Parts: sequence; C-alpha cells; structure tokens
Amino acid sequence: MSFSDSFFAAKFGISQRDLENHLSEALSRGGDYADLYFEYLATSSIGIDESIVKSATQGVSLGVGVRVIAGERTGYAYSDDLSPEKIKRAAQVAALIAAGPAKVEQTPLEEGHKRNLYPIITAPSDTAFKERVELAQRADRAAREYDPRVFQVQVSYADNLRQVMVATSDGVLNFDRQPLARMSVVVLARDGNGVPQQGHSGGGGRCELDFFRAERTPEYFAREAARQAIVQLDAVEAPAGEQTVVLGPGWPGILLHEAVGHGLEADFNRKGVSAFSGRIGQQVASPLCTVVDDGTIGGRRGSLNVDDEGNETQRNVLIENGILRGYLQDKLSSRITQTTMTGNGRRESYEHIPMPRMTNTFMLAGESDPEEIIRSVPRGLYCANFGGGQVDITSGNFVFSASESYLIEDGKLTRPVRNATLIGNGPDAMTRVSMVGCDLKLDEGIGVCGKEGQSVPVGVGIPTVRIDRMTVGGTA
Amino acid sequence: MTFESLPEIAQSTIRQALAAGATDAECTISEGEEFSANVRMRELETLKDAGSRGAGLRVLIGKRMGASYTSDLSAEGIRQMVRSAIDLAALTTEDPHAGLPEPSQLGSLQGDLQLFSGETANLPTEQRIDMAMRAEAAALDFDPRISNSEGASFDSSVGGRVFANSRGFLGSYRSSYCSVSAVPVAVQNGGQANSMERDYWFTTARDYRGLEAPEEVGRKAAERALRRLGAVKVETQRVPVVFEPRVARSLLGNIFEAIEGRSIYRKASFLAGKLGEKVAVGNFTLIDDGTIPGLFGTSPFDDEGVPTRRTAVIENGVLRSYLLNTYSANKLGMATTGNASRGITGNAGIGHGNFFLEAGPRAPEDIIRGLKNAFYVTELIGSGVNTVTGDYSRGAVGIWIRDGELAFPVSEVTIASTLQEMLNGIGEIGSDLEFRGSVSAPTILIGEMTVAGR
Repeated sequence: MSFSDSFFAAKFGISQRDLENHLSEALSRGGDYADLYFEYLATSSIGIDESIVKSATQGVSLGVGVRVIAGERTGYAYSDDLSPEKIKRAAQVAALIAAGPAKVEQTPLEEGHKRNLYPIITAPSDTAFKERVELAQRADRAAREYDPRVFQVQVSYADNLRQVMVATSDGVLNFDRQPLARMSVVVLARDGNGVPQQGHSGGGGRCELDFFRAERTPEYFAREAARQAIVQLDAVEAPAGEQTVVLGPGWPGILLHEAVGHGLEADFNRKGVSAFSGRIGQQVASPLCTVVDDGTIGGRRGSLNVDDEGNETQRNVLIENGILRGYLQDKLSSRITQTTMTGNGRRESYEHIPMPRMTNTFMLAGESDPEEIIRSVPRGLYCANFGGGQVDITSGNFVFSASESYLIEDGKLTRPVRNATLIGNGPDAMTRVSMVGCDLKLDEGIGVCGKEGQSVPVGVGIPTVRIDRMTVGGTA
Repeated sequence: MTFESLPEIAQSTIRQALAAGATDAECTISEGEEFSANVRMRELETLKDAGSRGAGLRVLIGKRMGASYTSDLSAEGIRQMVRSAIDLAALTTEDPHAGLPEPSQLGSLQGDLQLFSGETANLPTEQRIDMAMRAEAAALDFDPRISNSEGASFDSSVGGRVFANSRGFLGSYRSSYCSVSAVPVAVQNGGQANSMERDYWFTTARDYRGLEAPEEVGRKAAERALRRLGAVKVETQRVPVVFEPRVARSLLGNIFEAIEGRSIYRKASFLAGKLGEKVAVGNFTLIDDGTIPGLFGTSPFDDEGVPTRRTAVIENGVLRSYLLNTYSANKLGMATTGNASRGITGNAGIGHGNFFLEAGPRAPEDIIRGLKNAFYVTELIGSGVNTVTGDYSRGAVGIWIRDGELAFPVSEVTIASTLQEMLNGIGEIGSDLEFRGSVSAPTILIGEMTVAGR
C-alpha cells in the first residue's frame, strides 16, 4: 500500500512528512525514542434479553497517542482531535519527560510489514446491521428450544473494526486493519421454582460474519450455554482441600495465562517483582510442559499482524520442556534490558501506554490419551470450563473459578460440582503437572485480559492435563 | 470548544433527533482530563497528561430504541451520530417497558455538592510528582526488607458531564478526583519461593488538600507488605472469618450486583423476590446515598436526569429496596430510585451512589481480641462469587488469629460459603467506617466459613 492510500492519509489528510514532524517535536526536549499510535475504532453491539432486542449501539472513537521514552522514563499524551496543531501539542506535552536539547534525530519512515493474518474483505462491522441482529436472535431461539427448564437467555453480539497506524522515531511505519467479532450467550435454567443455575458460552475472532454461519453458529454457542446451565442443576458442593485436578482441553488454558503468562511479562521481571524474575534457564515447570505465546495464528482473537508498537508479532517459546526460556517483551523493556523484542507491546487504545501483554498463550500437546489421564485418577476433580482467573505476580499465587467441573471417582467422571475455585502458586503448580494429553485445543475466542486497568483480547489453549495436589476451595 | 458550550450541543442533538423522527431522545456528553505521575525506586517513571470528550445519544421511536456515540463533536460528527441512532432504532424490537422518566421525576439537587476543586485541577506538575516521591520514599525507608517497589503514583482527573433529554431536562456538573498510592515489595531470604510479597495503600479526595500525607500512605503500604512475608498455607477447616474494611467493600459489591434492578427482574439474583424479608442479621443496615457532599459516589442527578437520593437497601437485616433505573422500575412496576448509570455508549445501566454498611459499636481490635482461632482476611482474589445462587468461593490472603492476636500470615487458601449464610452469620460489624471510594464498609466478622488449604 502506498502511504497516500492508507486509511489515515486518505481520511484525515495526514502526510508522511506530518508524522516525521510530529516525531521530531516529540524528541525536541532530548527524548531517546518517540512513537505515534493513530487509532480509528468503529464498534457495534447488540443485546438481546427476554427475546427482545434491548440494545443496539454503534459508534466511533478516534485519536492519537504520543509517547516519548527518555532513559527509563516515559512521557505520554493523547488527543482525540487529529488536526496537526492538536497532535503537535500532544507531542510537546509528552516531550516534557526529557529536559534538554534534542539529541536523537528522526529516522526517515519506511513502511514495514506485508503479511496479513486476517485477510478479511468484508469485516462484520461493514455488513448490514440486520444480519447481525438475526444471528443473535437465532442464538436466543436455540437456547430456549434446548430444554424447557431454560427460562432466561441473554445474547450479546459485538464487533469492531480498528484501523491503526504506528510511526516511530527509529523509522518504523506500519498500518493495520484489525476486525474482531464475538458472540456470547448466558442462560439461566431452573427446576420448577428451584435455584436458578447459569451457563455461559461464546466465541469469535478476527473473522468474517460467515464464521458465525459456517464454523461456529449461534445454535452451537446457545446449546453449549444451555447444556452447562442444565448440568449445574444437579451439581453438588465442591470439595475443599488438596486434590488431584484434571483440566479439560481448550479454555482451561486460562491456567497458563494466570499461573505463568503474567509472571513472564518483561516489565515485572525487569523490575524484579515477579515470582519468575531471574529464573531464565531454570526448571519452573514439569518437563512435560512446553508453553508458547503465539500472536501469528490466522484469525485468532489474540493474533495481530503487528503489535501496538508497530512490530510484527511472532511465536515465542516461554517454557520448553519445563525450562524457562524467555519473557514477553515490549519496546521499553527490551530497550532497557537490551533484549530482542517479541512483538508483545499492546495497549487498550490510543489513550493508553503500551505494556508487554500476551497474545494467544497455550501448552503444546503431550503424548497421553485424555481418557487415560482421567482413568489414572482414583479421586479428584475434572474441570471442563472456567470463569475468570487472577494472579498476584509477586507471590505467584493465582486463582481461577471452575464454572463446569465433575468429581472423578475411581477413574470416572461422576457428579457435577458447583462453586469450585482452584488456587495455587505459579512456579510451584506447574512442577506438579504429571500428565499432558495429545488433544491440544484453543479456546473459542472469548478471552479478555486485564492489566493495570487496560483490557485487550487474548486467546488461550491447553490439552487435557493432570496436576497433582492443587487446593480446591469448596465447602464440602 | 469549552465546557460551557457543551449544553448547547446536547440540546441541539436532541432537536436534530426529534426532527429526524425520534419520539424521545437523551444525550450525554462527557469530557475528562487525566493526569498521572508514577515514580519507581525514587525516580520518575511515567508522566501522562491528556484529555478527551465524547457524546452519546439514545433515541426512542415509539417503543423501539437505538443508540450511538462519537468522539467527534463537530457538526458533522453529531449529524452522523443522530443518523446512526435513528437507523438502529428501526432494527430493534418493540420493548413495552422502554421509556424516559416522567417529567415530574426529573430534577437536580441544589446547593454545592463539593464535587469540584479548581485548585486540584491546577496543581503544578512538580507538586504532583513530589507527592508520589514522598509516598514511595516513606515505604522504602520504612524497613530494609522493603528493598523493591512497583512504585508510587499521583493520579488525578477532572471531568465534566452534561445531560439533556427531550422532556425538558438539561443539567451539567464538573467533578475532580485525586489520589496517592504506593505499591512496595517486601523481600526476605531472596530467591526462595514465597520470599516476596507486595501490597498497597492509597488515599483519595476530591480536593488534593483532603489527601492523607503521602508519608502515611507509604508507611501503611510498607507495613502491609511486610506483614505478609513468610505466609503459610493452613489446614482445611471451618472457622470465623474477619473481613478488614478493604475486603468487606468487595462483599458490598457482590450484594450490589444482587439488588440492582436488572438482576431482579431477570430473577438472576439470590435476593430476587425477597423485599420485606429478613436477608441478613439484625444489625446489618446497608445504605445507598448519592447526596452526601464531597464524597465519591455523589452527583446532583443520575444518568437519566433524576435527582439522587438516600435509599435504605437493607435495614436492620430486612431487604427494603432494590436500586433501580427507569427501565428496571417499569419492568418491576416500581418507581426509579435515581440509580441510572451510563457511559456515553448504549442504554443506561444501574449504578450506586455512596453504597455503605452502617458502622457497629466496637473497634476492630476488640472484635479480633474476642476470637480464639479465626482468619483475618486482608485481600481476596479471583471471581468466584455467583450472585445468582449465592455461592461464594475466593482466593484469600490474610493473617491467622490465635487467642485474640494476629499471629502469622496465611496465603494460597480459599474461603467459601454462600452469601445467604454469610449475611445471616455476621457476628459483628466494626466501628471503623471510612469513605475511601464510592463503596465503603467497616470491619465485618462472619461466624463461620470453610477455609480450604492443605
């Protein structure tokens, strides 16, 4: 693409010369590095509740963030007005982090990446709104038809199309067009006037609307949510105390995200505040575990052509056969620690400073037959689905809540269990992985990761895994 | 474009929407400036200084609703927003309960609610950085084991909000907020597992002169991190559990989810249909009050133009009121409680004002002194609370109580029960109620919960 054909040049009349001028302004007080992040975000969302389309919203937000790095310091300003005067003013404010005469010259900008991991011609947000409403209505109907005990169904569908342009003082210029869509279904079911139970399902990715017609239909998500709610009606109280835990494949990969992923983000490690700090080359997990973060998988929710600092994403091996191999880097941390960037600099929007973040994080498949893993456990807990998780990266302690789990008795799944929370310590829990299945599965595409107030879409994945002695927080 | 020019933009948006075929319309405009200074290991680390604004529109065409928003407040941006909302309304389903508040319900509290401090907005950058520096220095100087830090920060924001609707309401107000916080890391016998712990403390105010001394924030944060060092996992057992105020607040957050109108009309709450019933112990009185001057949950009107008020939600253990916006009130055949809350996108949801548990008679130290074997919880992690069923299970960090004393730190355990049993099993409520945010609670003692550990 020539610069003049790019989104921001065509729509806002921004020239390459303008970008270089703004970057020079940002460096005018002696900063070492500067970048500009332009964002134009168009969003749509639909909410169905009680079979009524209760909300339908569309909107646009746009702006530019200017960052200046001086040594280990960062100055940041943004503007929601893309006029040259307003961008210049933001650059001047960000420049104030340094104090002195300019010392770095702007490198002429050169356009970077060429690949496209989501070559989507018509983004969902460019299709007729009515078609998207109809998809959401199909989910509502399918959930209600699944079982007469279903009494409340909530469907939400949201998509967005983000146009970004990143220009940096070291000459990087990149554009990206990032579509994202997600459908989510929440179902309540009850027996007569009994206690309602909830089921939840959803998915999507950087896909066309046809994804929801061909690959993962509204009926698929609706039936899955309804199934989970119905299963919960017969659930017994969760056990309390240490148990052998088997995680099912797919979304339970959130364990890796919490137990390992956050603790391997380079900012925490550079500062020495992570339980994984200073442990590269050491055994931090069982030799059965190889964990990667891969931002390059076509169409996935956590994938990006370029990260939010303009660098190509890549596949990074974090833990290889139990040995810690590397951290997730962004520009600032890699500059300070003189490490190669890994394409993990991400931000929620132009109003936010980039940080090292995960993309799609998962464990590679092992050799065990998943059936055999369950059969190997005389007494324990099998977790098929999870709600959210959280980690304290300094102590390494993490928790996550199982939304669908079953007792394992004599090597068989027996009764469903409700309200089970798992808790463990990252570097410790991973050493107790004793079996890894051959059935790696990535999640359906629903993950949102929060860090220091910034949310970004991510993916997770895991094969069936057995972990010995994890604490299960129940009441029974 | 000044703040003073925004009301006219809001009214003009309403006029355009009506001209385009809307039968009713609401427009929200908000603007905000944010500032943050982070320091780490006695050096300035990050400065952020910026502002933005946005407008949102909701229209009704009969009983069909559409909504749109934009960050472009130019005449063209507004025209597109109006067009977009009108187009969407044609695609939604008729909703018999959709509608705006009645004109008689609209209004705004009079008098100075002390929400805005111009001095805070104009505080010099050096002074802001200095407050963050002093907070972190106090933490680092407190004890040699505070040998690392995630930093300290001064944050502030100044915002303005304008709301207009087609029933004649026009209101606006400005607000300010500032805080100082510190996150020190305590380290012992470096390199070992569980050798490092962090904690935080903070102070918040509408006006910077109302902040606690930064040194106090740093020292308190350091004490909190230090007392976590050497934490152990205890045996699985059932014991009394004490929630310190910072943790008790999260319990109020769970109750809020269970009493807001939407979860009630969907019957997705363990408290649905329980109005007038006893749902908690007799000394439990939970208030929502959006009218208290200077506090963080205060505003002159809610996000549908209805004046805020004081609502007793649970009074002496009896559920007295849900918290409602117009839509959920219509669904339930009740009247709004002035709790509509929204950003600029979509429909109004439900929010709280100052949501707090009334203090009890005894100091927290006295409550602890009366316990032989119990768990004092200082932090909860994870999302294991189901307000549909009441099931409760969360990761916990804290201090074990032995014979009335805070004896040793505990981590990597969970606490579990149900919200129903917890509310009916509250033994004591402390006298230490403080308003540090819009949700506030004193110390709470819960008779018995399952602590899962070894």
